[in-house]
Parts: sequence; structure tokens; C-alpha cells
Amino acid sequence: MSSAAGNAVLTVAGLSVGVRDLRLVTDVSFSLGPGERVGLIGESGSGKSLTALSLMGLLPEGLRAAGSVRMAAVDHDLVDASERDMTRVRGDRMAMVFQEPMTALNPLMRVGDQVAEVMLLHDTQPDRRSARAAVTELFQRVHLPDPERMPGSYPHQLSGGQRQRIMLAIALANNPSVLICDEPTTALDVTVQALMLEEILAGVEREGSALLFITHDLPVVAMVCQRVLVMYGGRLVESGPVREVFTSPRHPYTAGLLASSRFEESDTAGRLPTISGSVPAAGHFPAGCPFRDRCPAATEECAEWPGWTGGAAHGFACWHPVGRTGQ
Amino acid sequence: MTAADAAGALREPGTQAAAARPPRRGRANPNLVIGAVLVGLVVGMALTSFVWTPYNPTRVDTPARLAGYGADHWLGTDKFGRDVLSQLMVGARTTLFVGVVAVGVAALSGTPVGVVAGMARSRWLSEGIMRTNDLLLAFPALLLAIMFGAVFGASTLTAMIAIGVATVPTFARIARARTLQVMSTEYVLAARAAGRTRLAIALRHVLPNIFSLLIVQASVSFAIAVLAEAALSFLGFGTAPPTPSWGRMLQEAQELLSVAPRLAVWPGLAIALAVLGFNLLGDGLRDRFDPQLDDRR
Repeated sequence: MSSAAGNAVLTVAGLSVGVRDLRLVTDVSFSLGPGERVGLIGESGSGKSLTALSLMGLLPEGLRAAGSVRMAAVDHDLVDASERDMTRVRGDRMAMVFQEPMTALNPLMRVGDQVAEVMLLHDTQPDRRSARAAVTELFQRVHLPDPERMPGSYPHQLSGGQRQRIMLAIALANNPSVLICDEPTTALDVTVQALMLEEILAGVEREGSALLFITHDLPVVAMVCQRVLVMYGGRLVESGPVREVFTSPRHPYTAGLLASSRFEESDTAGRLPTISGSVPAAGHFPAGCPFRDRCPAATEECAEWPGWTGGAAHGFACWHPVGRTGQ
Repeated sequence: MTAADAAGALREPGTQAAAARPPRRGRANPNLVIGAVLVGLVVGMALTSFVWTPYNPTRVDTPARLAGYGADHWLGTDKFGRDVLSQLMVGARTTLFVGVVAVGVAALSGTPVGVVAGMARSRWLSEGIMRTNDLLLAFPALLLAIMFGAVFGASTLTAMIAIGVATVPTFARIARARTLQVMSTEYVLAARAAGRTRLAIALRHVLPNIFSLLIVQASVSFAIAVLAEAALSFLGFGTAPPTPSWGRMLQEAQELLSVAPRLAVWPGLAIALAVLGFNLLGDGLRDRFDPQLDDRR
């Protein structure tokens, strides 16, 4: 177990998500230490977002989660918790920033009211007056221009970057112990992205929140996170400190993912290395190791799930790991 | 890529939407204007009748019966010598009153039903509500009103309630459809992620966002209610004499159609213009609040 496991703020054990007989996320376990910044990476359809939504109890209708999600200072399991119990956790102990800032705010409400509401809702601020003052302060902290007048604006008057800062302000309003960011910068252009990442980093540092950062942008993970979890086919296939995973990946999938983002390794025609094949439709991954039909090292053994090698904080799930012991 | 394409691609979506909206606001929509003028005319007539009518609309003046157009009676008199213009003015009151109450009943009960059906997590509840709704929708409104009249006695009140009840399913249906749309937006997901309860989401996020659509529907339903009230009064299931009503004026004019066709023309014209007015107003409002355009914000 990781050094943080003893006093982890969030502990996920054996989390699975499925619709009827389809399994979309299988047996995911990890924990977040206080203030720890962890990246969750994988390509589209690997189950990253579903994992995040199931932590919040916000799975789309028809999807069911199983396993266990515990939070420090919350005396019930978040999986199968009642809606009533979850509304107390959401936005207070655990908050989330979504991918699409353009649609994540109610178009008919002033942004200041939308931020103030979250604080009033969880009794962080006693009344409207103090909530309004707190909003101005929050807007200042996330470096929104004109924090005095900004709360009176409607979402359509603001740019994407400004709206995403407001989403961040909402998420940080109640000093959550866990902040989940689901591709928060994907919809922003590159220069705004960098500023937004700085805000997120500064925000979690100030509040002492643990961060679960979902993305498929590897450089972003390298910049933001201390530890990284790699998902493929609804399973966790590798985890470890960012530096180690990125410099010596053990799982062939991680290795492929890294290779395909290294520009210097392009071939003579200027093409980047790719992982052959494509991601199967969600829930239709091969049994055993989900990566075996695209893996260069796959053998018959891979028809069986390899199990986890190493500790929870640093390990991988593969019969034929890349590097070190293998060669 | 042309320079214009490049500029378009570089422009941030937010500013683009903001720039695109004001011109749409400013453009006068002919439907909206004509509709508003006609509705304004009816409302003006009804309001004026509270303070002034040329004559007491129910005063019987036998010597002056069936008078033609003239300085004494601008639009003439009916077979009892009652002033037609005065009756039309007070009739506008009845029409609007019935419309307001009927649409009010329909909107106030249909909307919550639709929102609940749209937000219900239980498929059974949602389907149950909507199938009951369909049942009511399949029932002809006029037949329902006549039944109400037969059971509770013909009066303005039964007509209003019957028309209102018959319109409930329309509102429920529209409210549910739009609620489903709003519930699938990311701001509702974000609101849930912030710990909002379902009731709060319904009040703060769903209702304001379906409101414009309901206004449009209210205007269209109003037109239908005006027509239904006229029909019921014509059939003797609506407003009882002596309270003036356009529908009953039409019915009383029927037997004199060959002698004094103007007695049918004026209330008929009033009904037609009122219905047209509320319909055009509804269409105009729809163009302005089009939910399709809503989503592009």
C-alpha cells in the first residue's frame, strides 16, 4: 500500500461499473492521500469518466456501480449511498469540474448566484451577504477579471476560460477534500489551458485538496500530477509516480501511449508511432487482459487476467512487462 | 483555409454567441407585432368596458330593436334592442376571463405534472403519468366540456374548468419534453455535482429554462380556449344569459341571419380576430424563444 494509504482521503476498492451484463469498468482500486495529485489517463472509452462519475454517484441512468468508495470523515460507503446522503458529500467534501465549460453553467442565472448557492447550500456561508463577499474573494483567487462586477454577469457574456474558472470557483467554494477534474482543459485553447492548469494547481494547494485529474493529455499529467493511474478497457493497467511511469513504463499499453506522443520518434515519413488496432466498443474488450488483441507481446497466457504486480501505489497488470526484469 | 475561416475558428465561441444574438433580438417579427396588436385590441376593449360602454349591454330597448348602423347605435342593436357594440365590449371580458382561467388551470397543473414526469427516476412513475396524460389527450375537449356542463350545470365556471382540464395534457407533454432536454444538460449534472437536491434543480434550473416555451404554449392554448368558449356558449353550455358572450351573440343571430346578417358578422369577426391574434402572438413568441436556438448559446 502507498505511504498515504493509512490516512487516505479517498479509498476506492474493487469498483466496477456496468449496464445489465456489460462491464464497463472492472475492479478498479486506488487511493488518494491528502493533497495528493493523481492523474487518471487512458484513451476515450477506457472508463476514466465513468470511474469519476461513479465516485460522485452521478452515473447516467441504467448504469450501476459495485465495490467500495470510502472517504475520510464520511461514515458511509459512497457506492449505493442514498441520493440524500450523496447531496451532502457532493460539492462539499468532493467536487468536480467538467470538460465542457460552455454548457456547465445555467444560462439563465447570474454566475455569482451560481457560486453563492453552493456555499449557502452546504452552510459554508451563513447568509446571502457573506456569500456574496465570499464569491468576490473566490473570483479574485481564480484571477477572474473585475471580481466586483463579474458575479453579475450571465454565462453567455463570458469566454470559455472565464467560465471554466467559475466552474473551478464553484468546485473550490467549500474547500473539498477531493477535487475531480474531468478533462477540464480539453475544450480550451492552448494558452488558456496553461493558465487554467496553474489555477487548478494553486487551488488544490491552497485548499489542501487531493486532486484526481482525468485527461488523455500526457504532458498535462507530467505538469500537474505526482502519481498517475493508467486505464485501458475499464481496468487499471498500471500506476506509479509520474516520473517513473513516464520514463520506464512496464505495461505495453503505457509504453505505446507514451511512444505515440513522442514527436522525435516519428518515422522517415514523419508519422508518429501508433498502437495498432483501435479501441473496441465499451464493454466489448477481450476477456483476460483487455489489451491483448492490440499488444505486440501478447501470448496465450494473456487470455487470463494477469493480476496486479507490485503495490497499490506503484504496479502494473501484465504477463509480459516491458523493460527491466524482462530483458 | 481562407482568412475569414481562420478568423472564425480563432474567435472564442462565447464571444461569437454574444455577437450573434443582439440582431436577432432587434428584428421586428411581423407575426409578433400583428398578434400583439390584435390581442391588445381585445384587451383594450375589455378594459374599456369596465369604465365605459355606449349603453348598458343588457338593457332591453324594444322600440330600437334591430336598428341598423347609425349614430345612436354604431353597430346597431339585436332583436331585443340591446346595443351590439356594448355587448361585444363586455363579451371580450368574458372571453378573456375564460381564457385566463382555463389556461391558468392548465399551466399550473400541467407544468408540475410534466416536470415530475420528466425528472422521475422511476420509469413506472414517468410512464404512468404520461399514459394517463395520453388518455386525457385522446378525449375531445368539447365533449368533456359538454359532459361537465351536463353534470355541474352550464355556466362560465364549468366552461373554464372544462377547457382548462382538457388543456392540461398539452402542457404536461411540453413541460416533460423540455424537462428531459434540460435534465440532460451539463449544468444540471454540474448542479448535482455541487450537491443540489432534485427539488432545487427543478425550481432553479428546470423551471426557468422551460418557461419561455410555456409562455408560447399559453398563447396558443389561449386561442383554442377562446374558440372553445365561443363554441360552448353557442351550444348553450357556456356563459348563461344575460351575461354577454360572443358565442351566444352568434347563436342568437343565427335565426336572423337573413334579416340582419351583421348580428352574426361582428361577434364572428371578434372571435376570428381574437383567435388569430393569440395564434400569431404564440408563433411570434416561438420564433423568438426557439429552443433550437437556445441550445446554440
